[in-house]
Amino acid sequence: MCGIVGLFAKSPEIEERLGVYLAAMLAQMNDRGPDSAGVAVYRDPVPSGSSKLTLFSADPREDWAALAARIGDELGGSPEPGVRASHAVLVVDTDAADAEAWVRASRPDLRVMSAGSVIEIYKETGLPRDFAEEFRLTDFQGTHALGHTRMATESRVTTEGSHPFSTGLDLCLVHNGSLSNHNRLRENLRREGIDFQTENDTEVAAGYLAWRMREGATLEQALEGCLDDLDGFYTFAVGTADGFAVLRDPIACKPAVLAETDEWVAMGSEWRAISVLPGSADARMWEPEPGVVYVWEKELV
Amino acid sequence: MAVAEREQQAAVEHVDLETTPLRELNQRLHDLAGSPGPAAWRIVNPNGAHAVACGLDSDVEVEVEGHVGYYCAGMNKRATVRIHGNASTGLAENMMSGLVVVDGNASQSAGATGRGGLLVVRGDAAARCGISMKGIDIVVGGSVGHMSAFMAQTGSLVVCGDAGEALGDSIYEARLYVRGSVVSLGADCVEKELRDEHRTQLSELLKAAEIDADPADFRRYGSARQLYNFRIDNAGAY
Repeated sequence: MCGIVGLFAKSPEIEERLGVYLAAMLAQMNDRGPDSAGVAVYRDPVPSGSSKLTLFSADPREDWAALAARIGDELGGSPEPGVRASHAVLVVDTDAADAEAWVRASRPDLRVMSAGSVIEIYKETGLPRDFAEEFRLTDFQGTHALGHTRMATESRVTTEGSHPFSTGLDLCLVHNGSLSNHNRLRENLRREGIDFQTENDTEVAAGYLAWRMREGATLEQALEGCLDDLDGFYTFAVGTADGFAVLRDPIACKPAVLAETDEWVAMGSEWRAISVLPGSADARMWEPEPGVVYVWEKELV
Repeated sequence: MAVAEREQQAAVEHVDLETTPLRELNQRLHDLAGSPGPAAWRIVNPNGAHAVACGLDSDVEVEVEGHVGYYCAGMNKRATVRIHGNASTGLAENMMSGLVVVDGNASQSAGATGRGGLLVVRGDAAARCGISMKGIDIVVGGSVGHMSAFMAQTGSLVVCGDAGEALGDSIYEARLYVRGSVVSLGADCVEKELRDEHRTQLSELLKAAEIDADPADFRRYGSARQLYNFRIDNAGAY
């Protein structure tokens, strides 16, 4: 099964309470994905020249302050770690690719969940309702967010196998469905230099998008490429620095509902996820067409 | 019928799903099959809940105010269920008899495997509308998505708008009527002559669905009967 939610704020009021709504939407999708949950929140843009990493440590005693001090010494700046459960956000005075490379080389036991200037990804195993509490989702303010609740079919239930998956700087992917050609595709993408951390099918789709965009495709072109190159079932939601995109495979077994008011644009696997938003009863509401890429971005709305 | 019983049946029973558990509502509706109770029900705040008014088996009239989730009015028998909103996947799935009406749109697999009764979707129905239908009549005021009436066995699907890809793929003996365009016909589905008997049937279905449309504007599609009888010429396709 799996559940997907997405919320794009069109007013300051929704931005202020983004986390409250995100938590409520995720809770509605609790039963669709009781194995694990995750969110990507777009908030607090860093100043130009800086970048933001979200890190995960499997060690509950991780000394984030010490790590921050070390990163400050070696990469510049004096980052204050924003710790939420097993994750911490660090703002560093260097570009995201260098910071990510430093973490991979110096602390290979840590996972870089996201890198960029606005994105923060948090994900963990366990019930979505518990996740929302543990990671204090209701605190979050921001412009937009994606969320996922996972019922695993293709690979193990782990933090790394949870969604969202990073697909590049400020980009992420959440997926409802299952891909059947992910093993072959993973091997092909490895040859192109794309790095994989799990045996998860969605990570391959994320790697595919990252590769296509690295080769010059726009997000829309990369998503359209999925229609030819991915075999399986999917409803995808992709988060970008400015908004989000939605794509369903041409067979469209996996559900998706979109709704829009003057205050927000929302996406959910089911209407009940959207029904918790203010003014939802009068929202314009539709089911996305199979095989069609839908995109919302700040300048377009 | 005793006076008290008649009075009880005349009143409209209100149920708020924000305060009443769904199972309690459905149990009360199921209980009507064996004992008398309110003949009219009004359900508010469904908020996309699954299986609302599922498995009914009595001559009850149920109105739902709002959007419903999966399998609303599934397995319906005798009852009338009216949804003043949209319906999610599997609306009136395996319906046996009675009437189900949605004012808005229905998601995929509306009326799937239905054996009887009438399903009316005033808006659009999505993919796989009437998949494997076995006697149900479905009238859609708008359009239907791809793979509608896939393996449809008997019954009728009336589409006042357009139909998506692969309409009636692998169809048996169901009748398909479409007023607008059809993106493509599925395997073994062909256009057939619209004769008087079909115009009469269409007119009755449109009237029952309270949809104003001229039967003469529709085209009929059905099985070419080349696929479900084994033919040695088709051996390569099996």
